[in-house]
Amino acid sequence: MLQVHAARLLGNFRLDVAFEAPTGGIVALFGKSGAGKTSLVSMLAGLLKPTQGRITLDGMVLFDSAAGVDLPPERRRLGYVFQEGRLFPHLTVRGNLLYGFRRAPADERLIQLDKVVELLGIAPLLDRRPAGLSGGEKQRVAIGRALLANPRLLLMDEPLASLDASRKEEILPFIEQLRDELRLPIVYVSHDMSEIVRLADTLVLMSEGRVAAVGPVDEVFGRLDLRPLTGRYEAGAILQAEVAEHDAGHDRASGLTRLVLPGGSLWVAHLDLPPGTRLRLRIRARDVALALTPPTDTSILNVLAGRIVEVGKDEGPYVDVKLALDASGAAAIWARVTARSARTLDLRAGRDAYALIKTVAIDRHSLGRYGR
Amino acid sequence: MLALTELESEAVRLSLRVAFWSVTGSLPFGLLAAWLLARRNFPGKIILDGVVHLPLVVPPVVVGYGLLLLFGRRGPIGGWLYETFGISIIFTWEGAALAAAVMAFPLMVRAMRLSLEAVDGKLEAAARTLGATPIEVFCTVTLPLMAPGILAGAVLAFARSLGEFGATITFVSNIPGETRTLPVAIYTLTQTPGGDAAAFRLAVISVLLALIALVASELLARRVRTKIHG
Repeated sequence: MLQVHAARLLGNFRLDVAFEAPTGGIVALFGKSGAGKTSLVSMLAGLLKPTQGRITLDGMVLFDSAAGVDLPPERRRLGYVFQEGRLFPHLTVRGNLLYGFRRAPADERLIQLDKVVELLGIAPLLDRRPAGLSGGEKQRVAIGRALLANPRLLLMDEPLASLDASRKEEILPFIEQLRDELRLPIVYVSHDMSEIVRLADTLVLMSEGRVAAVGPVDEVFGRLDLRPLTGRYEAGAILQAEVAEHDAGHDRASGLTRLVLPGGSLWVAHLDLPPGTRLRLRIRARDVALALTPPTDTSILNVLAGRIVEVGKDEGPYVDVKLALDASGAAAIWARVTARSARTLDLRAGRDAYALIKTVAIDRHSLGRYGR
Repeated sequence: MLALTELESEAVRLSLRVAFWSVTGSLPFGLLAAWLLARRNFPGKIILDGVVHLPLVVPPVVVGYGLLLLFGRRGPIGGWLYETFGISIIFTWEGAALAAAVMAFPLMVRAMRLSLEAVDGKLEAAARTLGATPIEVFCTVTLPLMAPGILAGAVLAFARSLGEFGATITFVSNIPGETRTLPVAIYTLTQTPGGDAAAFRLAVISVLLALIALVASELLARRVRTKIHG
């Protein structure tokens, strides 16, 4: 359990956060730039001192202004992967990797060099210097360096922000492996919802120096009142799903995979995952259309039946409609439709409706595997 | 022309010795001053900055006179040294090294300070998160990264020490074999009838020495830079 209360004035900006998050799996800090995410992570690492507050990790007090405790960074032993890598330019990749490892207590060196080198695929880089590495390589080395310090918790501050899409795809699987194979608790800072859907279990939503909400990713993301913070374009629902079967089609490339989720099932492009794999699935409101009767003669494969539980306020020409997929309403999907359609179809709470979702709307950026 | 006379080689050896100890002795203090000026904020920082740079603008003879007042047998430091350890450095080559060190100090500190300011504090913070204490960070990250600046500062100070004249002759006078360094020897020869040729030879030697020092430092700095930046 990570318990944080920290306050500090930074110029004209007041950071004042308080939250608790379970340390199993990945805790995401999400918010617009300037929300105070990096400052908060610096406070966790001990690089920035709060004027008041208390920070504990699994019962260990890292900072307590009342008790006068302020553990220096080197004694907190939290790995920190910075946005810009921050590799030591005067050391080789090997020297960088071993910098923290050599300083970790001998009996706590559970993660070894060979393991990390293999995990991150950086064996060919070991004798090179950071200046000659590509952005993706640098970031992998930075992750390896932080890991080898055998930290109690890994802080990752937008580790993918400076990389292009294909490099991100190169790194994301490693972070999933850290979570799944090394079982390392991670605090992951991002302003990219697709990374969070893919990786995180718990979401800490930050805004203007404060914590606006904390909870499981699907729960926080589904709240209408947080839309201005989670982002309108990205807005939607996060659902738990499970791989049910594969339909090979003519060949694998044209094949589809069926996912079951509460209240129905969904066909998506082929996923190379065994049946039974639990997934986190994000469906953006803008990719969902509504119908009052099940449509026929349509190319859309995915039709989910549900009941309208909430109709948002008009914002411009659109409204967001929330459709519960099961009786309890725990699983729900959001649809963004025109206000005009909402009037014509008389969409209001209590009516039954069908959500139509194009298969193509669900790509690999919308899917995340559960940690355990 | 190539073979040095006994007098010449004595002056060269003395000058090299004085310059070497001037640099070696002032290196830790230079590093400390550079660190204080680059990284710390404290009341009186501007005064320290001024004092460090003073030898650059004050007439060398004034510096030499000041040293004489401080380190003379009746001076506050010199008197204490003499009474406690029986040491006196006036009129000795150690005194010449001290005079050279003081005169060269601003050059050394400037180069070190610039290189220290160029060291990215973020790298030092990263080292802390990897378990290094502040002292370890300084030794394993800060010092290696400012190495080119330390080298440049040391070489500049060395070259400056080789050429020190005003403060030296005022503080430790002109004693053959003890304090008669190259510049002092040249001065003496120019004041001696028939000494012109010898003075010229020594002048050429001192130019060559300074040039060798500067070129060597540039080559070394290049090697260090490629090592750091790939």
